[in-house]
Amino acid sequence: MAGTETTTAAAGERGGPDGRGDLASVEAGLDALDAVQVKRVPITHTLLHKVLPPVVAVLLVLAVWKLLVLAEVTDDYKLPDPSAVWRSLRGLWLQGTLGGIVWTSVSRGLLGFLAALALGTPLGLLVARVKVVRSALGPILSGLQSLPSVAWVPAAVIWLGITDAAMYAVILLGAVPSIANGLVSGIDQVPPLYLRAGRTIGATGVRGAWHVLLPAALPGYISGLKQGWAFSWRSLMAAELIASSPDLGLGLGQYLENARTDSDMPGVLLGIALILVVGIAIDLIIFSPLERRVLRNRGLLAGAR
Amino acid sequence: MAPALTTEKPLRDDHDGATAPAAVRISRVHKTFGRPGTAQPVLDDITLDVRPGEFVCLLGASGCGKSTLLNLVAGLDAPTSGTIEVPGGRPALMFQEHALFPWLTAGRNIELALRMRGVPRAGRRAEAERLLDLVRLGGAYGKRVHELSGGMRQRVALARALAQDSKVLLMDEPFAALDAITRDVLHGELTRVWEGTELSVLFVTHNVREAVRLGERVVLLSSRPGRVAREWAVDIPQPRRIEDAAVADLSVEITEELRGEIRRHGRH
Ligand SMILES: Nc1ncnc2c1ncn2[C@@H]1O[C@H](COP(=O)(O)OP(=O)(O)O)[C@@H](O)[C@H]1O
Ligand SMILES: [Mg+2]
Repeated sequence: MAGTETTTAAAGERGGPDGRGDLASVEAGLDALDAVQVKRVPITHTLLHKVLPPVVAVLLVLAVWKLLVLAEVTDDYKLPDPSAVWRSLRGLWLQGTLGGIVWTSVSRGLLGFLAALALGTPLGLLVARVKVVRSALGPILSGLQSLPSVAWVPAAVIWLGITDAAMYAVILLGAVPSIANGLVSGIDQVPPLYLRAGRTIGATGVRGAWHVLLPAALPGYISGLKQGWAFSWRSLMAAELIASSPDLGLGLGQYLENARTDSDMPGVLLGIALILVVGIAIDLIIFSPLERRVLRNRGLLAGAR
Repeated sequence: MAPALTTEKPLRDDHDGATAPAAVRISRVHKTFGRPGTAQPVLDDITLDVRPGEFVCLLGASGCGKSTLLNLVAGLDAPTSGTIEVPGGRPALMFQEHALFPWLTAGRNIELALRMRGVPRAGRRAEAERLLDLVRLGGAYGKRVHELSGGMRQRVALARALAQDSKVLLMDEPFAALDAITRDVLHGELTRVWEGTELSVLFVTHNVREAVRLGERVVLLSSRPGRVAREWAVDIPQPRRIEDAAVADLSVEITEELRGEIRRHGRH
């Protein structure tokens, strides 16, 4: 057993009366050395590495397009000059219809997405947390996710006619499975350690779900939302293209379909470009910042902001 | 099961240690995973008391059932047979991984524990700051978990455990992943915090020196099945140092015993 003499001898070597002054200073040194420096990336760096490359890529595509037109590889009505597409865009803008067309589709898309959110979230929670529901609905949801939602358009038109309701039905059938599946995989990937830690501090039942499970599942949920938006937008465009009718407001899908019936190739290309740009813009304005914010707060975003 | 233990009324009797209520009372605990009878028990007839305010180190080779026992005491799992009593209510638990929630700041992690305990909103911020000060992380309230070093994370985790205001703190190799100097600093912090409170600590480790550095009592568990093999009272006054000669001497003795326990398994 330990002898007291050795102990006091050892205590004498410590310098301080209780050896704690130097503990604090070692600790302060460690904290200063170890603290993780979170560096912010300057705006010029972001412009140079994030904005410039895609701009260059778009310019290259335009240049190749222009070259193909100049080389007269095909007829003008199949491949119009880029400037013809630009003129169509200017025409829409000068008529004052551009904003209306885009807004009709965007408002439908976002409204449908919100409805899908309201349905998909509780559905995902149920599938993730209730065993019976998971074995019953889990495979169906995963299967639905790989079904192109354009396949629902004929059914929706027969059930609901060529109406806004049919559009929303197609959006829901496309987006709800992605959102629900995103939440399920988000919850499945929550480290069990967090749940144990939650239980030891008394976060059980509903409080545990609200304070621990859901925040922990947020990254997976948000990537589900991103995908859900992409599905909403795609489904809506398919629905607008196929189920277009003058009774419904003019959206991007209808505009594209009208251009096709008029054999207006610049209009067709403009329609495609607008659908692409709007889809990307909504992702860039809403979902990517949300996702980056969540990941950065958790230190899951490597370096760059 | 020992009826005498379960029916015993805790007595407030401070001058007589034998009748003072235990902070943790583990009696005749067995634990088998899977169907009983088929698998070998992980824990076999463990009986162990932790007195109020006592610091007990539970020592044993990897896989001997230390975490299993701690989970039982924490109420995260139930024993196959035997009883575990923690009269002071739900114990706090610290893991080898800090287990802080990365979506909350250091301060908010602590406030969540306060909130779960029922501390009203108005008092939470000040209490969280006080606990951070206690672990000498006064400026870290708004820091994100990933902005803290490993040692700082474990100090925040300690502050969060203290926020539960439990009478018992269970620690499962909380410093095993830290480098030696940081671990040494945290030993000092833990001893200081423990001395300043009424806390009973059950500290699990496979590191003999750490056990002797920290514990008032070191309990050695054997492996497969886990049984209490031997225990030592550590009569070295705090503050100790891991490099103290007395700590080293006792560590040598305990290590010898631990080697013997492990060697037994090579013989058949
Ligand atoms: N949930 C479980 N199911 C089956 N076996 C387990 C489980 N948890 C632990 N064990 C087994 O129990 C033994 C003790 O594990 P553990 O308590 O983690 O050991 P220690 O913490 O001492 O390293 C190990 O052999 C391990 O494989
Ligand atoms: Mg363990």
